[in-house]
Amino acid sequence: MTLADATQLAAATNENLANISNTLIYSSMAVYTLAFFAYIAEWIFGSRSKVGRTAAALTAQESAGAKAGPAVTVQKAGGTAVLERPKVVVRSAASARDVPDGPGAAGGTEQGDLYGRIAISLTVLAFLIEFGGVLTRALSVRRAPWGNMYEFSITFSTVAVGVYVVLLLLKKNIRWLGLPLITTVLLDLGLAVTVLYTASDQLVPALHSYWLYIHVSTAILCGAVFYVGAVSTVLYLFKDSYENKLASGGTPGRFADSVLDRLPSAASLDKFGYRVNAAVFPLWTFTIIAGAIWAGDAWGRYWGWDPKETWSFITWVAYAGYLHARATAGWKGRKAAYLALAAFACWLFNYYGVNIFVSGKHSYAGV
Amino acid sequence: MSKTTTDDSRKAGDDQELGAAGSQLSTAPKEEAPTLPAMGVIGWARWFWRQLTSMRVALLLLLLLSLGAIPGSLIPQDGTDPTKVDQFYQDHETLAPVYEKLGLFHVYSSVWFSAIYILLFVSLIGCIVPRTWQFVGQLRGRPPRAPRRLTRLPAYTTWRTGTAPEEVREAALKLLKQRRFRAHLDGDAVAAEKGYLREVGNLAFHIALIVMLIAFAWGQLFKYEGNKLVLEGDGFSNTLTQYDDFKSGNLWSQDDLDPFSFTLKDFKGTYETSGPNKGTPRTFEARITYSEGAYGKEKSTTVKVNEPLEIDGSKVYLVSHGYAPIVTVKDADGNVVVDHEAYALLPLDANVTSSGAIKVMDGYRNAKGEKEQLGFNAFFLPTYGGAGSTMLSTFPALLNPMLALSAYHGDLGVDSGIPQSVYQLDDKNLKEFKDSDGELYKKQLKVGQTMQLPGGNGSVTFEGIQEWAGFQVTAQPGSGWALGGALVAIFGLAGSLFIQRRRVWVRAVEGPDGVTVVEMAGLGRSESAKLPEELGDLAGVLYDRAPGAPDTDTDPETEPSAPAERAEKK
Ligand code: HEM
Repeated sequence: MTLADATQLAAATNENLANISNTLIYSSMAVYTLAFFAYIAEWIFGSRSKVGRTAAALTAQESAGAKAGPAVTVQKAGGTAVLERPKVVVRSAASARDVPDGPGAAGGTEQGDLYGRIAISLTVLAFLIEFGGVLTRALSVRRAPWGNMYEFSITFSTVAVGVYVVLLLLKKNIRWLGLPLITTVLLDLGLAVTVLYTASDQLVPALHSYWLYIHVSTAILCGAVFYVGAVSTVLYLFKDSYENKLASGGTPGRFADSVLDRLPSAASLDKFGYRVNAAVFPLWTFTIIAGAIWAGDAWGRYWGWDPKETWSFITWVAYAGYLHARATAGWKGRKAAYLALAAFACWLFNYYGVNIFVSGKHSYAGV
Repeated sequence: MSKTTTDDSRKAGDDQELGAAGSQLSTAPKEEAPTLPAMGVIGWARWFWRQLTSMRVALLLLLLLSLGAIPGSLIPQDGTDPTKVDQFYQDHETLAPVYEKLGLFHVYSSVWFSAIYILLFVSLIGCIVPRTWQFVGQLRGRPPRAPRRLTRLPAYTTWRTGTAPEEVREAALKLLKQRRFRAHLDGDAVAAEKGYLREVGNLAFHIALIVMLIAFAWGQLFKYEGNKLVLEGDGFSNTLTQYDDFKSGNLWSQDDLDPFSFTLKDFKGTYETSGPNKGTPRTFEARITYSEGAYGKEKSTTVKVNEPLEIDGSKVYLVSHGYAPIVTVKDADGNVVVDHEAYALLPLDANVTSSGAIKVMDGYRNAKGEKEQLGFNAFFLPTYGGAGSTMLSTFPALLNPMLALSAYHGDLGVDSGIPQSVYQLDDKNLKEFKDSDGELYKKQLKVGQTMQLPGGNGSVTFEGIQEWAGFQVTAQPGSGWALGGALVAIFGLAGSLFIQRRRVWVRAVEGPDGVTVVEMAGLGRSESAKLPEELGDLAGVLYDRAPGAPDTDTDPETEPSAPAERAEKK
């Protein structure tokens, strides 16, 4: 075999792999679509629990009045010689409403729960297929799968679903995330295969660096986690208005009632959003620093206000502002939530907007 | 909204009740309503300082900073893309001067942007200093004593035990110390606190921000950046005159150039040879030998695109490459005036179609025996598509090199004192050599071919090709500090966000019936699921050491807090 033959053969296998990758991505989209319908079915066939929990909890609080002393029911050691360990009574901060978390989309109905389980199984299946798609893509180009926006998009949605699956495995109360997540994943993949598609190619030397692997992989992970935080923040805003309305004696619409009552309480959503954002913030800081180190090696300066760098900085400062807002009187709650969303909007713009509308050193490899 | 107001008043009441117990769990500045100060300069100054160092203003400044950074990413900037700025001036005749006034073409060094971040950093310093002292005070002091009513705290547990109160307290103290709480006995309760590292992390993070800013500013003032094109076989030594172009920070001086020199031995580029990305560069490598200092020992190394050579504080980057045809020029008498000289040409496209000029300044005599200068416009294709194809290279490597020359003679204008580019002919005082049709005389040469100048005016021989590599030498002092600051910032941040600062109190008193009542409570800065878990864990251990006593008729629930409740109600 001559050298030319060998290269041709290699090129052919690569093309095969790239085709397999495309097929897998399309298949995963099909399965995600099925999962999407299953989630919808879960919401439709599930019902909010018979008693409006939120309303009940809030009215109970009202009637008990502010004077209702410590909400303490001390569980002590069992009456006689059976010595149990003492139980801890948890009392939420006085300012928070004591609203229980909603029952989830299925709302305790068997049918809803069945669809919910089907949806999650399908999500996991689609995740595995998509993961395969990303992997074969990586093999076909013999490098990490994030050299252009198409690859970035498919990797990003895989990681976002991966985060969701991991949180499920950790038994976090996160099933409410399913529908919004899969909806955006479908949008993301749709955009990826239509507008952003790029035939597989290789990196130009400027992109060859192990800092690339570190920088981009953590950027993708941060984005996926920020996304989860943003979804829970949006839901917090809805749920918070809902609770406010109930608390002030209003009657929310039936749709809102049905959907929002099944979500976790505003306080839980808010706390979850905060935890998630706070937990990745150091990683995001690291991502920017890794990028600066890489830029120092590739372009001779570690910070040069290139549009991508600038928007990473803006995103970073916006999230720092959000963290500050939560420690600042008068900014907790909804205002802080708006900041978190603004910060995520910055991240999104950095991801799509800067590549498409602004030219800079980061625009390479076809989009 | 009536709900929220009751919530707030309830909260305020609670905070008062927790009193000292909840104080100083963080060193965040207290938020005060922005009331106007009493008159007087000092009053105003103090008021202004308070405002500046408050969390609210820090937050506003942060938001301003991120808003202020936006225009710089959307409007072309002098620093990154001067040609686009010129374009902008042409396209927007009315807008451009306005932008100019606002400093929008150099946002990141504009007055207003600097004002935002300087205010932010003054605020930051004004925030850190008192917080540090406060924190040192907290480290010297002891965890605050237990609040009267532990039931009010976010996590609470209680049980009755036959063990004597002193023993329970003793055991609790030991247990808490074992768990690395700072704990002490205070009256009838043990007070303990843990997670001080959170505060350390937070302070370290904010201090690291200052270090990073100073390092960055320092670097901007003292940096330099120069470019040099080096032919294979040629050398470079780091002095100002050797650079093709050079930029430096405001406080840089010539003495800041690190003394070193290097020689380019060999440049090698490899390219994708097939497929849709044929011609895309794969690797660029420059083999060099270099020596540090004026008389350093010679060492050899390879510089690649992402792997600069570091010498002292300077970094040498490989930033470009191209070709330099080697030519020999003879005059009308056949005397060699240029002997195997390489002329670097500048690449025009990805396939390294190159152009430039060959200038023969001295020693040439024309057919009439007069002294003259020669000039050639040179066009070079590393891979020529063959006769009839375009004058663009089809591949970046030297597969079928072709040099196209057009010839001029006369005065190159190099002695006129006006600086001129080595890559362009100044044709003001140059005359064209004409071919038989009276057109400008041109010829395409393969390696080894010779071009005879018309009228027996001598010849040019294309002898071969050398490669050249473009190097950028930069030094930005303070990068080490910036990196150090960045690392501290990450770890500080992680400590600040992941470590919980929390307090635990254990009270053991003898109830009216002679049985010891143990109460444990925990308080964290934010509500966290971990706090009750930890409290439960501690309670479990303590419970084993002070096991529960059988119930009596009295309801233990109201027991411990009963006196307090009564006191409150009257
Ligand atoms: C360069 C600007 C700044 C950045 C990027 C920044 C960033 C941050 C971040 C990310 C946190 C979160 C850590 C946590 O929640 O514990 C934080 C906390 C904090 N920052 Fe800043 N900060 C800046 C300026 C300031 C200034 C000017 C002040 C003082 C007025 C300040 C005071 C604080 C305080 C007190 C906390 C702790 C809040 C708490 O205990 O929850 N920061 N900062």
